[in-house]
Amino acid sequence: MARGKIVDALKDRVLFSDGAWGTFLIEKGLATGECPELWCVKRPEDVMEIAKSYIDAGADMIETNSFGGTRYKLGLYGLEGRVGEINEAAARISREAAGDDHWVIASAGPTGKLVIMKEITPRDYYDAFKEQSAALEKGGADAICIETMMATDEAVQAIRAARENTGLEVICTFTFSPAKKGEFRTLTGVKPAEACTAAFEAGADIVGANCGNGIENMITIVKEIRAALPQTPILVHSNAGMPEIGGDGKERYLSTPEMMAAGVGELIRAGAGIIGGCCGTAPAHIRAMREAALG
Amino acid sequence: MDSVEKLLQAVTDGDETVAAEAAQEIIDGGIDPREPIAKLTEAMRILGKQFEDFDIFLPEMIMAADAMTAAMRIFEPVLLASGKSEKKGVIVLGSAPGDMHEIGKNIVKTVLTTAGFHVVDLGKNVQVMDFINKAEEVRADIIGVSSLMTTTMPGASDVLKLLSDKGLRDKYKVIVGGAPTNGEWANRIGADGWSGSASDAVLLANRLLEAR
Repeated sequence: MARGKIVDALKDRVLFSDGAWGTFLIEKGLATGECPELWCVKRPEDVMEIAKSYIDAGADMIETNSFGGTRYKLGLYGLEGRVGEINEAAARISREAAGDDHWVIASAGPTGKLVIMKEITPRDYYDAFKEQSAALEKGGADAICIETMMATDEAVQAIRAARENTGLEVICTFTFSPAKKGEFRTLTGVKPAEACTAAFEAGADIVGANCGNGIENMITIVKEIRAALPQTPILVHSNAGMPEIGGDGKERYLSTPEMMAAGVGELIRAGAGIIGGCCGTAPAHIRAMREAALG
Repeated sequence: MDSVEKLLQAVTDGDETVAAEAAQEIIDGGIDPREPIAKLTEAMRILGKQFEDFDIFLPEMIMAADAMTAAMRIFEPVLLASGKSEKKGVIVLGSAPGDMHEIGKNIVKTVLTTAGFHVVDLGKNVQVMDFINKAEEVRADIIGVSSLMTTTMPGASDVLKLLSDKGLRDKYKVIVGGAPTNGEWANRIGADGWSGSASDAVLLANRLLEAR
């Protein structure tokens, strides 16, 4: 494989990932109440265009349209029987867009169910992510990007499931929100250092943070992770700032590509090895951040 | 520490066993449970506020609610037998059409239930007509619509429109909420109230029912 392992490439350089997908699907006509992941089967050309737009913007790696690809999320649309087909298609589309020289880090988001709410068991998490990660690998993914996690137990089961059942590199990122005294926590109260240490100990190759914050807060979060894990590669998928609701009731993300690019140097110095975007980001943000970093 | 203080502490600590034990002591001591229940409701409101401020987190919130439920299980038969049980009101709650998120809605449900409301939870992706049919069926006082995504916010306004079309608008108070929503939007679509948090939802529901 021409591209080798992501963790090996990270020894020499900073890598760039992609930005938001969901907003593009909506622009292309994804309707409210429609399953975004089903577009991998139903509208593969549209999904492919998104994937390609990030490759064109200079991303070293792209995600897949499989964020809600577990049996629990697909089950909301009656698609729980199609986990294999949909995730495999998702990985195949991004693989084709990425070619041989870019990586595919396949997205796997939370099941939406929490053990503390007595909605699910750790074993159920494991089985769901085992099923999803196997299909993503079959479709040609290089890594699984377990993301937007807020409960450590779910993240740990997802990591173990991918680690024990596939040959994928394992990335795991959490969503943190500002708490008291400048601290950051997940919704379940876990600090960045604790969450990422748990992920690392469960077998994640790369840890980090996505969503919930603009680049400024991400710098603080990365510093905290780096202090706890001096060697582990860190990935950051930052929002384009935090959304504001306009007079028309629509959500707007206010950070321009230039604003995000301005924070990239400090993000790298803090310890980020892979940088990409989350909500509100587009190929222009990725291009600007990459150019700012590479000069 | 008397048994009421013990109960409050147990709920704040999220200790179901001690909460149930303290509730039993209150009953055995011949104390009217309505007063401790009022104090518990206030304690839950404060916890809800701390959760919004990210001073405590989801696990603490859920454990406190479980402890409160354990105490209520002991109080309720006594209240029923003495004829002092009254649910404050009936609330039909659900996530807007197309919205598959319900963690926030479930927190609101928990807090409203512990505050004494009878909550009928329709779950996620609830169709507009289902909100109204269920409200009619259970003779609800309030309909609550939750959206986590900007794209599902129009669902709340559709509920209001359909209520008007059916001539039922004055029969129900409609409250809305969810991460991307705000009070200005709620006013614009003609909702009766908006709250940015679970604990404010309790205050809002109380206020709306008192105004009736």
